[in-house]
Amino acid sequence: MNRSVLYWRAASFAVAAGFIGLWQFIADQRLVSPVFLPGPDRAWASLVRGFASGDLLDKLLGTLEHMAYGWFVASIAGIALGAMIGSSRTMRSYVAPSLEFLRPLPVSAVIPVAIAMFGLTQTMALFVIAFGAIWPMLLATIHGFAAVEPRLYEVARSLHMSRLAVIFKIALPSASPDILAGMRLSVTVALILSVVCEILAGLDGLGHWVLLSARSFRSADLFAGVMLLGVIGYLTALAMSLVEKRLLKWRSSGH
Amino acid sequence: MIPERIKAFLLPISILALLEIWARAVDLKSDSLAPPSAIAAALVKAFQDGSMLTATRDTLISAFTGLSIGGAVGLAFGIALGIFHIFDRLMEVTIESIRPIPSIALLPIALIALGFGYRMEITIVAFACVWPILILTRAAVGGIEPRLIEVSRALRLSPADRVRKIIIPAALPRIFLAFRLAAGIALIVAVTVEIAINPIGLGAAIMTAQQALRPDLMLAYLFWIGLIGYLLNTALMLAQRHLFGRAALVGDSA
Repeated sequence: MNRSVLYWRAASFAVAAGFIGLWQFIADQRLVSPVFLPGPDRAWASLVRGFASGDLLDKLLGTLEHMAYGWFVASIAGIALGAMIGSSRTMRSYVAPSLEFLRPLPVSAVIPVAIAMFGLTQTMALFVIAFGAIWPMLLATIHGFAAVEPRLYEVARSLHMSRLAVIFKIALPSASPDILAGMRLSVTVALILSVVCEILAGLDGLGHWVLLSARSFRSADLFAGVMLLGVIGYLTALAMSLVEKRLLKWRSSGH
Repeated sequence: MIPERIKAFLLPISILALLEIWARAVDLKSDSLAPPSAIAAALVKAFQDGSMLTATRDTLISAFTGLSIGGAVGLAFGIALGIFHIFDRLMEVTIESIRPIPSIALLPIALIALGFGYRMEITIVAFACVWPILILTRAAVGGIEPRLIEVSRALRLSPADRVRKIIIPAALPRIFLAFRLAAGIALIVAVTVEIAINPIGLGAAIMTAQQALRPDLMLAYLFWIGLIGYLLNTALMLAQRHLFGRAALVGDSA
């Protein structure tokens, strides 16, 4: 890494540390009631205590589990459906407009419908998370399949490739940047919906943890949970962009 | 050949028709589904007694107030970060550590600090709207043709004039795109907060309909929420195309 980049990074961390110091100062001086705003020291202590007793780890794993299942189901279904719709011009012209209409729908609005169908259960959470996370992938896959260079299809035809071979050897690789971008967006959606479902249905997870902490005015625990959710958001986004970079290496090196 | 425009409507119409026929055939009694005719009737009735309009007003007020506050903050910081490179580099770690916090995670904090009602919802919506506007404005300002900045320097414009006469006009198409994305997010977050906890607006109304075991009313609200989302998105897209031409839509993949 370049030396000046390193200095700037250090300076930037120092600024962040300054803000944490300010937060500590505000909390110490009780400028904001400690009921709402614990100092970073109390939040950190609560985080450590939560992990030491294993409570917080359970909640963390619960949230990650909800996210992962929903996201996984959505990935499989989204890519499969997207490939089906995107690879056929007829399907596209019949189905795509309905999907465009549904796209701006606030996904959380299906939560009551899911509750009516499945009750306040894990199945409800899985359905909601998968339903919400499927959209970015479905639309990205359709778009990616529709934007495949037409000449590649001509090549496939002259080679007498089967439809499955065309999908796996030509369309999927060519659409992979779109699909990966969709998968990255979906992770964020899955995290948000996991938290909402945990809050509503009382499922084991960080969403439930932060709500309970708020209800009993344990603000340090509350902040610990919120910080942990931020960490999940950061790490999943980082992981997705690393995967994306690695899988798409062939594209940048080809030119 | 069937024209494209009609093809678009064939799928939803046939699904609705099948649902109606099936519901009548089995004499549907369900907590989660209702025949489309009953949904339409519930929708009309909710409009007539005014409950739909009150709920819509509450949701839109929260969403747009939050959008304006979050948008103003995001715009101010985005422009500052885009102009002053030093500031941008110094704030990087701070911004990148707050940004990934899912907005809905702030819900319990807002709840104990502000209680139920508009203020809590507006705060969460504002927090969610800051980021897309900040990030895209920063990129837009940073990507302005350097010669324009040189011109402003040669003309000895004051910093305020430089922002007003050069930077904002040059970055406006991409700022508007950011605004459009943030408007969608504002509506989503507002409805989500209402569904999760806040007893006002469309989200609370649809939860009440579900708890009252009124699938027809619940689905009517679902349809109406979807329609609002679609209309908002379409209107802003049209405005974007009208104001800035097709060029503004380039690079718009989200």
